[in-house]
Amino acid sequence: LFSSPPERSSLAGVRHILLVLSGKGGVGKSTLSTQLALALRHSGKKVGILDVDLCGPSIPRMFRVQDSDVHQCDGGWVPVFVDQDKSISLMSIGFLLEKPDDAVVWRGPKKNALIKQFVADVAWGDLDFLIVDTPPGTSDEHISTVEALRPYKPLGAILVTTPQAVSVGDVRRELTFCKKTGLQVLGIVENMSGFVCPHCSECTNIFSKGGGEELAKHAGVPFLGCVPLDPQLSRSLEEGRDFIREFPKSAAFPALTHIAQQILDGTRQQTS
Amino acid sequence: QVALLDIDICGPSIPKMMGLEGEQVHQSGSGWSPVYVEENLGVMSVGFLLSSPDDAVIWRGPKKNGLIKQFLRDVDWGEIDYLIVDTPPGTSDEHLSIVQYLSAAHIDGAVIITTPQEVSLQDVRKEINFCHKVKLPIIGVVENMSGFICPNCKNESQIFPPTTGGAEKMCQNLNVSLLGKVPLDPQIGKSCDKGQSFLSEAPESPATSSYRSIIQRIQEYCDQHHFQEEKMI
Repeated sequence: LFSSPPERSSLAGVRHILLVLSGKGGVGKSTLSTQLALALRHSGKKVGILDVDLCGPSIPRMFRVQDSDVHQCDGGWVPVFVDQDKSISLMSIGFLLEKPDDAVVWRGPKKNALIKQFVADVAWGDLDFLIVDTPPGTSDEHISTVEALRPYKPLGAILVTTPQAVSVGDVRRELTFCKKTGLQVLGIVENMSGFVCPHCSECTNIFSKGGGEELAKHAGVPFLGCVPLDPQLSRSLEEGRDFIREFPKSAAFPALTHIAQQILDGTRQQTS
Repeated sequence: QVALLDIDICGPSIPKMMGLEGEQVHQSGSGWSPVYVEENLGVMSVGFLLSSPDDAVIWRGPKKNGLIKQFLRDVDWGEIDYLIVDTPPGTSDEHLSIVQYLSAAHIDGAVIITTPQEVSLQDVRKEINFCHKVKLPIIGVVENMSGFICPNCKNESQIFPPTTGGAEKMCQNLNVSLLGKVPLDPQIGKSCDKGQSFLSEAPESPATSSYRSIIQRIQEYCDQHHFQEEKMI
């Protein structure tokens, strides 16, 4: 696609890289990636999100920029900025599709090639954090992403699970993936953990409770917290709104900001 | 006589959900033997080939395809009425391979699952397009996690709001059948975690009625199909 490779690595200005992983689908990886980016932005950080879910790219829509195009510059592909602030930038295959419903029916090798390009050729500029959102599993996308990012020493990975055993069972395997590939586990998030009825305030554990916390204990990794089900959060993602800024009293807000704070504290400890 | 084939190689959930965790696959002269839940329900999954729940299957596409081929070629399923294939999310190796390897046999069709929100529907439209591309008939769409009724006050909450009309609108637009909607029920997750049949554990649940109605529609589709096929012959 380019006549000559960029002279300066496109990731040279990125201070911290973190991956959001899960063994299981539908547990809220993209949701967490999005909210983490928003929370870090509110702490004054510049954040990028690299969406390597090539079959089901959710990130563009969650910021309501799904109709944006990607342009090229001398330094590579220009990421899509979420607003005029330019404090959050995105790259996703979602921006490269001709029609939004186009299926990306690619086998592994083609996926690997695009992921290598995404890692090498996006002109991120200076970022405090690059969050890499992944599809579920331990396959091509994950192997290629970790290999391509290895020279840039990622901070580590956040693993997302729902509370039930069926989800935790897959996330255990994701922990093994991290161990085998030398990726540090920053912690586990137990998502969809309880629902408080907006009418009567009764809490129901729709997807059970505690599995994520137990797994963290069993595996000896940090537990970053339980995020409850929150229709307001789901709605914000649907509408591409900034949940962290607009709904500070909503059920999921405390847990999400606490996760972001732990990540920030972790990076401060690193530098000191 | 039913066979359940789990081709989610990286995240095999079926063994646990069927109460078969820890079971191993046996080989005989006639091939790999499926693991039986009941006499008329046999299961195959990579889960049965792993020795520890922590074992990760870190394979690229070609290796996954190889195992899927083996599952279809080497498993001694016997005579079966229904082969149900559970897939991982996406439109990649596993999906291309299973359609390709089963092309000589006859696939009745695909049942596509979504949740009500647009974030899910936008991926499901791609899956529908995948089916069109590979000429896989679509039996219909199921809208899962469709509403939650509080056990305390009985009010309904749309935890995953259908901001763009849910599966119903999408099915209308794309001319596919909506097979049904399944509400959230904490007992579903519990039963799956315990490896027990939710339909047996919670026969009075609205989710059970939804499941049963959906299953009936699937059977009707398959019966109709068979009838049409036989007519053609």
